[in-house]
Amino acid sequence: MTLHDTPRGPLLDVRGLTVRTDDGRVLVDDLSFTVDSGERLGLIGESGSGKSLTTLAVLGLLPDGMTATGSVELAGTQIIGTPEKRLTAVRGRDAAVVFQEPLTALDPLMRMGRQIAEPLARRTGLRGRDLRNAVTEALVRVRLPEPDRIARAFPHEISGGQRQRVALAMALACDPGLLIADEPTTALDVSVQAEMLDLLDTLVREREMAVLFVSHDLAVVARVTDRVLVMKDGRAVEEGPVLDVVTAPRAAYTKALVTGARKLESALDLRSPR
Amino acid sequence: MTPVPEPKDAPEPGGAPGPTPVLELTDVAVRYRGADTDVVRGVSLAVEPGRSLALVGESGAGKTTLLRLLLGLARPTAGTVRFDGEPLAPRDRQQMRRFRRGVQCVFQDPYSSLDPSRRVAAIVAEPLRSLGLDSRTSAAPKVAAALERVGLPADAGSRYPHEFSGGQRQRIAIARAIVCDPRVLLADEPVSALDVTTRVKVVDLLAELKEERRLTLVMVSHDLSVVASLCERTAVLERGRLVEQGDTDQVLGDPAHPYTRRLIDSVPRLPV
Amino acid sequence: MTLPSPPLQETEPTRSTTPVPRRRRSATLLAGCALTALIALFALVSLVWLPFDADDTSGGRLAGPGDGHLLGTDKLGRDLFTQLMTGSRIAVEAGLGSVAVAALLGVTLGVLAAFAQGWLDDTLAAFLDILIAFPTLLLAMLVVAARSATLGSAILAIGLAQSAVVARLVRILVKRVLAQDYVTAARTSGTSWPRTVAGHVLPNIWPTLVVNLALQFGLAVLAEAGLSYLGLGAPPPNASWGRMLQEAQATFTTAPAGALAPGILLVVLVIGVNLIADGLRDTLDPATRRRRT
Repeated sequence: MTLHDTPRGPLLDVRGLTVRTDDGRVLVDDLSFTVDSGERLGLIGESGSGKSLTTLAVLGLLPDGMTATGSVELAGTQIIGTPEKRLTAVRGRDAAVVFQEPLTALDPLMRMGRQIAEPLARRTGLRGRDLRNAVTEALVRVRLPEPDRIARAFPHEISGGQRQRVALAMALACDPGLLIADEPTTALDVSVQAEMLDLLDTLVREREMAVLFVSHDLAVVARVTDRVLVMKDGRAVEEGPVLDVVTAPRAAYTKALVTGARKLESALDLRSPR
Repeated sequence: MTPVPEPKDAPEPGGAPGPTPVLELTDVAVRYRGADTDVVRGVSLAVEPGRSLALVGESGAGKTTLLRLLLGLARPTAGTVRFDGEPLAPRDRQQMRRFRRGVQCVFQDPYSSLDPSRRVAAIVAEPLRSLGLDSRTSAAPKVAAALERVGLPADAGSRYPHEFSGGQRQRIAIARAIVCDPRVLLADEPVSALDVTTRVKVVDLLAELKEERRLTLVMVSHDLSVVASLCERTAVLERGRLVEQGDTDQVLGDPAHPYTRRLIDSVPRLPV
Repeated sequence: MTLPSPPLQETEPTRSTTPVPRRRRSATLLAGCALTALIALFALVSLVWLPFDADDTSGGRLAGPGDGHLLGTDKLGRDLFTQLMTGSRIAVEAGLGSVAVAALLGVTLGVLAAFAQGWLDDTLAAFLDILIAFPTLLLAMLVVAARSATLGSAILAIGLAQSAVVARLVRILVKRVLAQDYVTAARTSGTSWPRTVAGHVLPNIWPTLVVNLALQFGLAVLAEAGLSYLGLGAPPPNASWGRMLQEAQATFTTAPAGALAPGILLVVLVIGVNLIADGLRDTLDPATRRRRT
């Protein structure tokens, strides 16, 4: 439900994306993929595969010392080479992001309510009481209990799972066309992770939002996405529907990943059949 | 110190009293300075030789606190910690030496657990040297054997930790823990910081060591599949209390407590 | 935001930070050493040879260069160059002495404070904060009042003031190391506390500590100049740069050399040690340290 014109073609179109460090190391190598409106793509890979750098490059957020070449088109806007000033408008409107550790993504000195209010006010122009109600509504939407208490709390005063929900609420506040989630549940306990994945799944389905979901965990990716791209050492090694990749991996690396995951899982299956 | 009356039967009623537990917690509670509630309370569990134990629970459940008790790094505010049937007395040097030699540890973060300023050989030799088991020269072959056993290249000893990846660092940590031939290996989330493919290899390594060295593992983990791979017994902790313990097959296969059920159901699984 | 720069393969070293190019690193260190060595050379030569006697006033008041006086004379007719050389010695002595005092006291206090638990920890932290807030100048005046205005008093005062700064730094550094798992591993390996401090704590804090002490050296030199300027440093006839500045102040417009020369040397020495500190930071930081074979 984007307010602006829906561009023709995919919502996110990455072509030949290459990320290099200043001293010449190639961290992401000629990566191409697309995400259509409402589609959910999983980026899977182990540490050092370049998956997180890819999400940063998509948002034009690469750290100093790294440069991206190639093409990243987000809702018709070319990200690579675009000045920071214009990117600020794109971020939030077209794409919002949830990172692994919400504690670093949230301002430690700002109450939760205000952190959500900022993007909300920017998008809706609401003020005063209306804005406060909208904030509460946003917190209710991510199923946070006692939204009023959470709104008044500082980041360190609530649990990791609650923080991640607030981060999700912030990302959704702008009603972006694309939600980028970079290992959003890795820092959470399993039962909290399960709830968070459910929530994410429901919310993006309701809004027909596109998702770029980055994780090292095949099972987690499979839970929320339709299609996956497997990355190793900065390259795409395999791409396809989740079920195909998980049940019949083609690339040797994907096979190793799936075998590893299955092996651990089988020990659990043996003891605790599903 | 007045001896705490021994419970008539070990934690499991009906079971035949097994061999003396290597490590045993009896009704322990821990409260940190300034806190008004206990981090763990009323926990009794026993580590029997050859029966690896998993401590399962989520963050804040008190897993790490229990591990610190079992490592003799913290003292309970109530209850007793026993080693080979005797209460653990930090002042008893003789006992502490036996204890340190018999109980070693592997940590979660392979980056923080290796001193960056030391060469790998010195890191691995530390238990041998500090426990006075070996001189620098007599330690060398044992260190080399331990490094080889965990699958590291022969020149690893002369290098520094920062030259190794996370998985290799965890292997170095394991080499340090097994170099003095302990009976019990305490492991705090030993593979949760590792990638899946590396994780499988390290789990395999631990399983092999368990077999060939008659090591008993005591593992803190939130990862039930790792627990299922390595431990014969499982104890489930929720907010500082033991809610369920027993054979892993039984705890994971037929959980008696709803919390355990919820943990099992939360594990994300690959579609079949 | 920190970014993971993890291994590409299992065999790759990890957490490699972007390496500082070797050439630039050694250039900083080299430039620092060169500047500092210049002053140190001055100081060393002054121990065995001086162009004129320290209290030789035969040169005539405020004479220009010439007649053996390389830079001319001051308002009492003493040779400027001779005073500069003596001043170098005093500056280096002040720097080394203060840093020695600061290191000895600061490290001891800092390590003890780091091990303190509970109220003792709080008390020590508060004590260090108060000591840091206490003006060096006031401390110096107290020390001078208790002893006398000598270079030793100045060194003691500066060293005391700096030891609080060093202690606070050491306390934090040691606490950080103590929180590392490798210290816990040392304990479970049966390593005693003294051995842990010697074998794990000190080796891991010393890169940061050495850099800080180099910076403290520069600050000590400046502080000594300041104290001498106020007449709280080395007594005459030992010419300290600070006192030279003070004495040349009144005649600055007519004879600028008397103020400029010590000023320039002061700047050279301080920049020199700061460059050394910078260079050391890059070379010693374990994160940027390359493979040693």
